[in-house]
Amino acid sequence: MEFVSPEGLRLDGRRPTEMRQIRAELGAVAKADGSAVFEMGNTKVVAAVYGPREVQNRSQLLNDQALVRCEYSMANFSTGDRMRKPKGDRRSTEISLVIRQAMESCIMTHLMPRSQIDIFVQVLQADGGTRSACINAASLALADAGIPMREIVTSCSAGYLNSTPLLDLNYVEDSAGGPDVTVGILPKLDKVTLLQMDSKLPLDIFETVMQLATEGCKAIAKELREILLDNTKQLEFRRGG
Amino acid sequence: MLHTKSFVKKSRAGKITKVVREHYLRDDIYCGASDCKLCDSKDARLTASHASPILVIDTNVVLNQIDLLENPAIEDVVLLSIVLEEVKNKNLSIYNRLRALCNSSKKFFVFSNEHHKDTYVKQMEGETKNDRNDRAIRVAAQWYQTHLSGAARVLLITNDRENKRKAVEEGICAETIESYVKSLGRPDLLDQLVHPSTEDVNMEEVEDLRPSKRKIIYSEHKPMSEITSGLHRGIYHQGKLRVNRYNPFEAYVGSESIGDEIIIYGRSNMNRAFDGDIVAVELLPKDQWHEEKSLAIAEEEDDEEEGVHLVPGSADDAPRTTSQCESETTLASSRPSGRVIGVIKRNWHSYCGSLEPMPLPAGSGGVAHALFVSKDRRVPKIRIQTRQLENLLDKRIIVAVDSWDCLSRYPSGHYVRTIGEIGDRDTETEVVLIENDINSRPFSSQVLACLPPLPWSVSPEDLSNPIRQDLRHLRVFSVDPPGCKDIDDTLHCTALPNGNFEVGVHIADVTNFVHPGTPLDDEASQRGTSVYLVERRIDMLPKPLTEDICSLRADVERLAFSVIWEMTPEADIISTRYTKSVIKSSAALSYIEAQARMDDSRLMDPLTTDLRNMNVLAKIMRQRRIERGALTLASAEVKFQIDTETHDPLDIGMYQIREANQMVEEFMLAANVSVAEKILKEFPLCSLLRRHPTPTREMLEPLLRTAAAVGLNLDVSSSKALADSLDSAVGNDPYFNKLIRILATRCMTQAVYFCSGDLSPPEYLHYGLASPLYTHFTSPIRRYADVIVHRLLAASLGIYKLPTVFQDRPQLTSIADNLNYRHRNAQMASRASVELHTVIFFRKRPTDAEARIVKIRANGFIVFVPKYGIEGPVYLNQKSEKGGGEWFVDEQEQKIKKMDGTLSFSVLQAVNIHLEVVEPQPNRPKLQLTLHI
Repeated sequence: MEFVSPEGLRLDGRRPTEMRQIRAELGAVAKADGSAVFEMGNTKVVAAVYGPREVQNRSQLLNDQALVRCEYSMANFSTGDRMRKPKGDRRSTEISLVIRQAMESCIMTHLMPRSQIDIFVQVLQADGGTRSACINAASLALADAGIPMREIVTSCSAGYLNSTPLLDLNYVEDSAGGPDVTVGILPKLDKVTLLQMDSKLPLDIFETVMQLATEGCKAIAKELREILLDNTKQLEFRRGG
Repeated sequence: MLHTKSFVKKSRAGKITKVVREHYLRDDIYCGASDCKLCDSKDARLTASHASPILVIDTNVVLNQIDLLENPAIEDVVLLSIVLEEVKNKNLSIYNRLRALCNSSKKFFVFSNEHHKDTYVKQMEGETKNDRNDRAIRVAAQWYQTHLSGAARVLLITNDRENKRKAVEEGICAETIESYVKSLGRPDLLDQLVHPSTEDVNMEEVEDLRPSKRKIIYSEHKPMSEITSGLHRGIYHQGKLRVNRYNPFEAYVGSESIGDEIIIYGRSNMNRAFDGDIVAVELLPKDQWHEEKSLAIAEEEDDEEEGVHLVPGSADDAPRTTSQCESETTLASSRPSGRVIGVIKRNWHSYCGSLEPMPLPAGSGGVAHALFVSKDRRVPKIRIQTRQLENLLDKRIIVAVDSWDCLSRYPSGHYVRTIGEIGDRDTETEVVLIENDINSRPFSSQVLACLPPLPWSVSPEDLSNPIRQDLRHLRVFSVDPPGCKDIDDTLHCTALPNGNFEVGVHIADVTNFVHPGTPLDDEASQRGTSVYLVERRIDMLPKPLTEDICSLRADVERLAFSVIWEMTPEADIISTRYTKSVIKSSAALSYIEAQARMDDSRLMDPLTTDLRNMNVLAKIMRQRRIERGALTLASAEVKFQIDTETHDPLDIGMYQIREANQMVEEFMLAANVSVAEKILKEFPLCSLLRRHPTPTREMLEPLLRTAAAVGLNLDVSSSKALADSLDSAVGNDPYFNKLIRILATRCMTQAVYFCSGDLSPPEYLHYGLASPLYTHFTSPIRRYADVIVHRLLAASLGIYKLPTVFQDRPQLTSIADNLNYRHRNAQMASRASVELHTVIFFRKRPTDAEARIVKIRANGFIVFVPKYGIEGPVYLNQKSEKGGGEWFVDEQEQKIKKMDGTLSFSVLQAVNIHLEVVEPQPNRPKLQLTLHI
C-alpha cells in the first residue's frame, strides 16, 4: 500500500516529518492531586496522579525512595469497535511497566522515601501512538501534582514505511506492520529513557528513524513547556498575584 | 487546518464499525505552473501560456484514453489526486502507467486537491461518491482558473455530459476529449482515441448491410454476483486462461477447485476471454467433452496454416501436440472441457502486429475500419478504426484492446503507435523485444550513477582488504566463444607437489559493484538476464561493467569470486574453498584456440599443460556424471555468420561443440554444485537454487510413440535408464542418435529457479544433470540469479551481511518467478530472432536440403532440417482437397503412402526438401518447405 504519495503527502495529508495536532489541558480530574488530558490528533489520553501518599501495601514500602505505580487502561469506547477491555492483559501490563519506568527516571524519588505515587492513564480515544501519548499525559499530570522531577519526559513515535521515515504514526500507518520506534527522552539532559521497536529495521535506517523520533520528542517538550507555563500564569492570575 | 472524516465501514465478517480519520488541509500545496507568482515554483512542471491550455482531466478520460495521454503531443496536464485515486481503484495497470508519465519528462503535474484548503469538498447530504468526486474535479479546475487568473487558459476535459454541463454553468471551460483532440488537428492522435462503445455499435450496424445477419455471437457474461455465488457453490471454476500458443482455438484453465486443467475448445466457448485473463468456467456435460473437439477443427479452417519455425528446445516451447487427441479418443472423457461464463479479471494490454491486408477505400483520409492481426497467435484479430490506413498497411503497429461486445466477432481496439515497416530487420527485432516484454531502453542516469568512475582499476584498498585473497600469481585463463567481450569465468589448474591438482574457477565479482537496493540493482533484477539476439545483445548491466570492469580480460587485474578445489588425479574433490580474490588472467582463449593448443602435441608450454590436465579431469568428471545418469541432450542450435556492414546473415550452420566447450562446462557445473551445497547448508530456507523437474511419462509419450514407430524401445523409468537407452539407440544412420536425443530434449520442461524454502529437499533435484542440488553461480554479468547466489555465498562466508530481501520469503519467491519469466522470455526472443534471420537468409537464396520427418500429419508431415535447425510442415495435399487426395495416412504406423503405392514416407526417414521464401500476401514473407523428389 502507498502510505506516502510521490507528492510527499501521507494518507491524512501530513508530510513525513510532521506531527499531528497537539492539545493538552491540565486539571481535568478534580479529585486527583494532579491530572492532564493530552491529545495528539485523534488519540486522546487522560492521566491522573495521586500522591505522594502513604504506601497502601506495607510489603512494597521502600525505605530510601518513593514507590511509583502505574496503571494503564483503555476505555471500552476508545476504538472503533466497542468491546470490553480486560484489565491486566499482556499489552496493558507491558505498557504500564513502560510508563512506570519512563516516569521513575525523572521523578526525584529519593526526596520522598516511604511514600507512594500512583499514576493512572486511560486511553479515551485510540488512533495510534497511545504509548507516547500516555507518557506525555503522565508527565503533565505529575507536573500538575507538583511532584519534584528532574525534568519532564516526552515521548514520540516514528516509523518507516515506503522507504520513508515517518513521524508520529496514526492507526492506519501503525497497523501497516512496518517498524514502529517509540522513543522517550529527557529533552534538556538529552537522555533516552525509553526505546522500543516492533518489527525489524537495518541499523543505519534505524538511526535516522530514531533521530526523527527524538526530534519529535523535543518538539513535544517545547509544546508541553508552553502549556505548563500558560497554566502557571493562569493560576497566578487567579490567585491575584 | 484540520478536518475530520468519519464514515461507516462494513468489515469482511459483516461487522459494522465507524471509522474516524483525520484529514489535514494545507496551504503549502502549489499549483505547479512555472511562472506562477503566488506559488513556490521549485517543482513546477507546467508552462502556462494562452496558446496551449492547462488540461484538467477527469477519471474516465484517463481510464479510456491512457494511450493518447502517453503521446508526447499531450502536455501540460494537471492530474488531481482524486483522479489518481479513482484510477488506482479501478485499474492498477493504468495507474502505474500514469505514475510513470508523471515521473517522465512530460509536463504532467499531480495536484493534491484533496489536501488543499481551497479545493477540498465535503460530500453533501444525498450526494453520491461519484458526484462528489466530479464536483471536486470541477472545484479544482475552477481554482486553477482563478488562481492563474488569466495567465493561462484552463480546460477541463471530461466526456461525462452532465459533468460538462455543470462545469460550463459554473464558468469553467470544458471540452470532451474528442473535440479537444480534433482542435489539435493531428489525424494520428485521432487514431489513438478510444471511441465509446455506444458509437461502436452504431458503426457496426452501418457496416453490416444485412441486419438479419446480426446475431449474438457470444453469450452474455454472467454478472459478477452470480459468478461469486457460483464459485462458492462449486458449479463454476476460477482460473487463469492460457491459450495454446500453436492453436489459438484451444485454451486451458488451470483450476484449483477441480485439480486439473479444463480444456476449452473454440472461440465461442472461450467467450471473449484473452490469454492471461482470470475467468470463471462452467464444465460442459460429459457427453460433450469430446464433441467439442471436432467443432473446433471446423472453425479452424479459416485460420492460416502452421508456419515454419525453429526446433523447440524443450517441452515449454513445443506445440501441445495435436496428435495427442488421436490417442485420446479413449482417454477423452478424462479431460474435462468447459466454457467461459465470465471474465473476472482482464489481462488486456497492447499487442504487436499488423493490419490484415485490405483494399484501400476510394476516398483516402476518411475513417476506415481495419482488422489487426497480432503476431502472437493467441490473440484474436482486433478491429480498429484509422484515418491513416494507407500509411499503416505495410507497418508493424501496436494496438490496444478496449472492449469486446458480445455482438461482435472481434474485439475492438485502437491504434497506439507504429514501430516500422514489416519485414525490416530493425522493426521485426523490436517486435520480438516488445512481444517478449524485454526492456531494451538505455540505462537511466540514476542507474549509470551507481557505476564506479572510469577508467577503473584494482585499488590498493581492494588488495589490502582482508576478505580478498591475492591470486595474481596464479596462471588463470579464460575460454569463451570467439569475440566474447563479457568474460565472466576464468579457470586455473596447478599441479601440487603431492600429485594432486589445485583447480580454481574464478567468477567476475559483480556484487562488488552492484549493491543491493541501488537503482542499478533494481534495474538488473527487473531485467533478470541479458538477451542474446542474432545481431545484438541487450545487457542486464550497463556496458562499462559488462565489458570492462567486470570482464575478466587477459593481462588486467580484476576482482573475482573464486571456488578452489583440491582434486586427486582421479578428479575426486578433497577440499573446497571459497574466497573473494584478485586475479590477473594470462590468456583469453577462444574454444577453437584452446582446442588447437590441446591437440597440438608440439606445444609443451605451461598453459597448454594446464589445459590438458584440466581436460583429463573434466573427462573423468563428465564420465562420472553420465554414470550417475546425467542426460546428454542435444539441441539443434544454429549459428549465423553476420555481415559486419549490413548485419544481414551470410551463412548459417549448426553450432559445433568441441571438447574445450565440454571441459569449461564441466568445471562450471562443478562450481555451481559446490556453491549450491554451501549456500544451502548455511541458508536452508532462503537459498536460490535451480531445479529441473522429472518429466512424467505423459510428457515423454510423443518420444516413445516415435521411437516405437521405428522399432526402438526406450526405458524412461529413471534418468539413468533413459540415458542408457539413448546411448544404445544407434541406427544405421549417423544422425539417428542425435535426432532421438533432440526429440527427447523437447519432451522435457525447462529448469527453473526457486527459493529453497518453498519446496522440500527431494524436489530440489536437477533431472537433466542428475544432481540433487544445482544453482547458477558462474555468469553474474548476464544473469541476475548468479548475482543473488554471489550475495548468498558472500554472506555464508561472513564477508557481508545478508541483504534484507532474503528474510522475506514471498519476496524471494517473486524474484525467482520473475527470473524464470525473464529467462524464458529471453530464450523465446533469441529463438524468434533466429527465426527472423532464417527468413532473411533464405529470402535471397532458395535452397535444397536434407530433412528428417519427425511427425506424420493428415495432409503431410513435419520435417526437421538439421543443417538449419528449423522445423516446419510439408504439405502433400493442397489445402482445398482436405482429407482425400492421392495420399493415404496410416496414423498408427506413422506412415504416409501414395495411393498408387509408388511412394511412402515413414517417421524419421530422410527426405529432400526445397526451402524458399514466398510472399502469399504483399509484405508477409514466409518460409515454405516443399518436397523435392
